[in-house]
Amino acid sequence: MGKRILRVLFYLLVIGYAVVSIGPFLWSILTSLKPTSEINNLAIDFSKLSFKNYVFLWKKFPFARWMLNSIFVALVVTFGNLLFNSMAGYALARIDFPGKKALFLAILAFMMVPGQVVMVPTFILLTKLGWVNTYKGLTIPFLTSLFGIFLMRQFFLSIPKSLEESAMIDGLSRFGIFFRIVLPLARPALTTQFILMFTGNWNSFLWPSLLATSDSKYTLPVGLNSFYGQYFQFWDQVLAGVMILSVPSIIIFLIFQKNFIKGIATTGMKE
Amino acid sequence: MSSKRGTLTRIKTREKIDGWLFVLPFVISTLVFFAGPLVVAFILSFKEYSFLDQNTIWQAKWVGFDNYLNALKDPVFKKALLNTTLYSLGVVPIQLIIALILALIVDSDIKGKTFFRVAYYIPTVTSTVAVSVMFMFIFKTDGLLNKFLKLFGIPPYNWFGDVRLALPSIMGMAIWSSVGLYMIIFLAGLQDIPHSLYEAAWIDGANKWQQFWYVTLPLLRPTFFFNLVVSLIGTFQVFDQAYVVSGGNGGPLNATMTVVLYLYRTGFRDFKMGYACAIAFILFAIIFALTLVQKKLFGEETQYQ
Repeated sequence: MGKRILRVLFYLLVIGYAVVSIGPFLWSILTSLKPTSEINNLAIDFSKLSFKNYVFLWKKFPFARWMLNSIFVALVVTFGNLLFNSMAGYALARIDFPGKKALFLAILAFMMVPGQVVMVPTFILLTKLGWVNTYKGLTIPFLTSLFGIFLMRQFFLSIPKSLEESAMIDGLSRFGIFFRIVLPLARPALTTQFILMFTGNWNSFLWPSLLATSDSKYTLPVGLNSFYGQYFQFWDQVLAGVMILSVPSIIIFLIFQKNFIKGIATTGMKE
Repeated sequence: MSSKRGTLTRIKTREKIDGWLFVLPFVISTLVFFAGPLVVAFILSFKEYSFLDQNTIWQAKWVGFDNYLNALKDPVFKKALLNTTLYSLGVVPIQLIIALILALIVDSDIKGKTFFRVAYYIPTVTSTVAVSVMFMFIFKTDGLLNKFLKLFGIPPYNWFGDVRLALPSIMGMAIWSSVGLYMIIFLAGLQDIPHSLYEAAWIDGANKWQQFWYVTLPLLRPTFFFNLVVSLIGTFQVFDQAYVVSGGNGGPLNATMTVVLYLYRTGFRDFKMGYACAIAFILFAIIFALTLVQKKLFGEETQYQ
């Protein structure tokens, strides 16, 4: 009997936290579908729900433009990172070249430095280059990541060498080995990086808020923040904006979630 | 014999070149956008420099340690440092404990495991800007939270507008939105513990609680250390939530001013860029010291071969 009560309490906790975790989303989605006059009502009149707030934001505000900007920037940055981080991670794990040890120590040391430390000089540099408020400025400085390289190196250390060795005997070059044999093997680690990089960049706010100065270059987080600043009393519309920003990264996660957890386990992130 | 040695040397030279070609994109990008700016930031932190000045960084006036000394006297910076410390002290332990409990839950044999993993993780993939706006709606004076609390006879509060409640509200929001990340990492750590250890403990007569205490917890130590470091570093860099909730000014009455928000305002609103760099290096020193202290406390020797 005591055991059964314990089991019920356990499930109440499990379900209770799930409600806490996704409840705010459900409540926000519902509100975004309501007309402005209804937003403070707890009772839901289903006949009044509609997508008109979404249509309104799409047509009257540059949400479509912001979304395109976000998609473009996130994809360029993510794929740049996947390629460059795994190349560097692979070389650090497998290839013998002079300066390799020093390079790895530099990565470990730089990983301790918070990104905000370089914010001022990098901004000055980008201004001098004329890259502020351009797609170049929003993407090129972010194409590699120290942490990403570290994770890829740990991953490549963990996979057996034998396949590469036999390919080398067959006369394949390092680049051939990397692109034809190693990268396909790295799929779980790459999936994990893809999710971390894509959602991280999609949600990134500090840098884009500095670098995108006109609303034609805003990414969604910057755009939503400025929209909220002006229209905060129209919660139904603001929350429709919140959903436009958050649903794409949630969908990406849902598509890849199966491999994501496996990937975390193999990239040595937990150490 | 000699031709064989020749081939070997050729392969070795080829390897050296290939190695550098593989790391080249990363090396260039890091030199230009990280290592270089890091050196410039350090120099700037000893100078008085505004972006709007006509002179270059090199011509800017050298002020020695003035920027650092001024920061330690600056009441707003001190407030920001206090807020950030309180934020970190509140968020880190609570979020790690909740994350560990959730990881144990989704690692057990409950029904609908995948659903709960996904449900607990979803706040983590959501933009902090979206989360902040969403919580401003739920936490507003006539919002859902106050309506819920009314059921227990608790009067309504203006959570983000109240000097005493604004920071704790942001803390609650941060815990809610990042618990999933630490849960997933704990989960990976839990799944790495060999089953045979639990079987051995069971044969020795250990109950579930003893198994958790003597097998799970000690073996989870490296994971715990990793999470602790990441969580601490992350909390000291808090910016987005404070910026969105306060409209960028750290209000009410600097109640939500954080170190990075102050750095942002100093550097990019007031254009006191030398001063901003000094603040950045103080932040770096704090994070560095905390990481070292934790390494000492946990006696964690991570070996990278």
